[in-house]
Amino acid sequence: MYGYGKGILKGLGVTLKRFVESYLEDLNWIGKKYSAEKTAFHSSKNQRGTFTIEYPEQKLPTPEEFRFVPFLVYDEGESGKKEIRCTSCGICAKACPPQCIWIVRTTDPSTGRPVPQPAEFYIDADICMNCGFCAEYCPFDAIKMDHDYEIASYGRNLLNKERLMKSASYYASIRPLNNAREVEARRAKEAAKAAKAG
Amino acid sequence: MTTPVVEAINLAEKFPGKVTADARPGYSGWIISKENLVEVATFIRDEMGYDALTNLCAIDYLEQKMMEVTYQVFKTTGGPVLTFKAQAERVDPIEIPSVVSVWPGAELQEREAYDLYGIRFVGHPDLRRILMWEGFDGYPMRRDWKEAFYEEDAKPLKSRWPEGKHKLAETRATFGDNVAFKPGFDPDKWIPSDPEELLYATLKNYKSEVKDGIKTDHVVVNMGPQHPSTHGVFRAVAVLDGEIVVSIKPVMGYLHRNHEKIGERNTWLQNIPYTDRLDYFNSMYNAWSYALAVEKMMGITVPERAEYIRVIMGELSRIQNHLILFGMLWNDLGSYFTPALYAFEERELILDIFEAVSGSRMMCNYYRFGGVVRDIDEASMKKIKELVFDRLPGKIEEIDRLLSENEIFVSRMKGVGYLSPEDSIAYSVTGPNLRAAGVPYDIRRADPYGIYDRFEFDIPVRHNSDLLDRYHLRMDEIHQSLRILQQALKQITEGPVLAGKPQYTHRVPVGEAYGRVEAPKGELGYYVVSNGKGNPYRYHIRTPSFVNITSMEKMCVGTKIADFVAILGMVDIVLGELDR
Repeated sequence: MYGYGKGILKGLGVTLKRFVESYLEDLNWIGKKYSAEKTAFHSSKNQRGTFTIEYPEQKLPTPEEFRFVPFLVYDEGESGKKEIRCTSCGICAKACPPQCIWIVRTTDPSTGRPVPQPAEFYIDADICMNCGFCAEYCPFDAIKMDHDYEIASYGRNLLNKERLMKSASYYASIRPLNNAREVEARRAKEAAKAAKAG
Repeated sequence: MTTPVVEAINLAEKFPGKVTADARPGYSGWIISKENLVEVATFIRDEMGYDALTNLCAIDYLEQKMMEVTYQVFKTTGGPVLTFKAQAERVDPIEIPSVVSVWPGAELQEREAYDLYGIRFVGHPDLRRILMWEGFDGYPMRRDWKEAFYEEDAKPLKSRWPEGKHKLAETRATFGDNVAFKPGFDPDKWIPSDPEELLYATLKNYKSEVKDGIKTDHVVVNMGPQHPSTHGVFRAVAVLDGEIVVSIKPVMGYLHRNHEKIGERNTWLQNIPYTDRLDYFNSMYNAWSYALAVEKMMGITVPERAEYIRVIMGELSRIQNHLILFGMLWNDLGSYFTPALYAFEERELILDIFEAVSGSRMMCNYYRFGGVVRDIDEASMKKIKELVFDRLPGKIEEIDRLLSENEIFVSRMKGVGYLSPEDSIAYSVTGPNLRAAGVPYDIRRADPYGIYDRFEFDIPVRHNSDLLDRYHLRMDEIHQSLRILQQALKQITEGPVLAGKPQYTHRVPVGEAYGRVEAPKGELGYYVVSNGKGNPYRYHIRTPSFVNITSMEKMCVGTKIADFVAILGMVDIVLGELDR
């Protein structure tokens, strides 16, 4: 059927080609080993040579939609005041599949009526499954998925409100396209509201 | 491709008094009185031609005080599934005749229903617990059984909002109190008499004999649960005569988390990210059939572009699944990591696309009822096209050159693990292994879903039904997947990717639905029942790994124990969906 050993040699030919290629390809990147260009080359159709990258010196770029444990967005008000967008409506807590979001609503002490702001906000990051439903269904663009995946620790990762709050400019930096879309949508909504009132 | 006609035989007229049509609103199929189950099932198989049983699951109708077992059967010549049911009063002992004598493929599924619901299948050859351990008390899938971290029957939990003072889960139910024991049972004082007694009793008996003046004995070998070639925590108990397998039994459940119970607590939407954790190599395919089942009940039509995206993602997923299989199979056969890592390179590039589109490499959570969550962006679309048209065809060819003709590989695969086509059908084998036995059954053609009827592609078939054919068949399938992808990428049109507005609660009308797709490993089916509330009343998954393993003993007996590794590798199990 086969000449005995022919198939093995054919296979070894592939590994030999790969072996040589990995050295030849390295020559093209002398001095540019840790450049962004080289990392981009790794996930392109022309990739050849050594496939692995050297974490943590090199890191694969995180695409915009990449999602990791969520954070709460705040807008920077005047004199650096943090204005949290969250109204504690509880939609994220209801949509959350492993139920890892815990919210205590603020109540006005004088009237006893709820104030649209969370008093306490917890995300149990060890239970969070990074599905992104909270960010997807939040009507106020207040909770978003993060890109920071290096949060390993020795203890429990229970994130409270202070730890979760990140600025709107940070959000714009990790998800520029999404942010632009949302800013535009909010502006259109405001304009429609103003037109209706006027 | 025409849609096959619905079965014309009226079973209720054929068997008056024994069979009635299921007239509950939203339900379909036949209800067979349990006394006549085997008789009618034999008729369905022999006279109506439904030669393979695909799904068998129990449902606990607590309010109606009734246990129901649902069967889905199909014809290997094509067409939709036929559903029939058997009911029993919900008073222990609950007994329903076993259909193993009609469809041997029911064996593990009946054991599962016994394990989780406590239904005794009379006539079953080996009725033991399968996913839970032998000392476990109670039947965890029953509606009135409550798990250790039980808070409420259904999510969302009231304790989370608006007074969501956080409590660590481990402080609510400390270890030790999180399993239900029989009254008076103390796990610290319990000494098992012989916990494996039941298991070993089902194996072929030990035999001592004198050969050439030497007394020989059969040996029992436990492979796993911690064994690198079982791809996770899977255990096989084999009786060996020298190196030859005399009898072998799978033992599973080490990764069991009662996915289906979690599914019943979840809302409809919340189940989608959980489906990613079943077959974690193919999370892009898993939610598809769940979405199909729920869309069927809700009557949603998926927009055109979303259908194309589903096909593109699904077929990319199939390619990378088969690549992993090749890589890991070679790893198991002893060539260490070279082929595995070569295969992983192309998989990485596919996962890069998944990550850019869905946000995660493996836990994609990309499907929604009525479409997909977001469109493929320009850059990813360009990458997919480059991969499908420029890179993958050449790289697949390279892997083919690297592996397919290797004499050592061929001699280990050829003629090993034979399973006849008749047995394949009887044991409910689906997917590539069925097609390698010469049965051209592929749900994408036989019972088309999505828009698969628009593409031109072949269903590859091989006829020797050995490991080598199963390997070649998967290589053929990759080529066909590329063909589908190339057509889909040319045909895809602009448009919305989600029907209606995004919403996190869904109204699903009362009823049942069974959604099935041809996942890379075989038929993946979801049987869901709605009682009109925000959570599924029943959420059952028929996973290809679990059902395909039924035929393992048939394939292994007579081969060497070393071949078991290759056979298991070719069944292509993944423990996330085997144990659920």
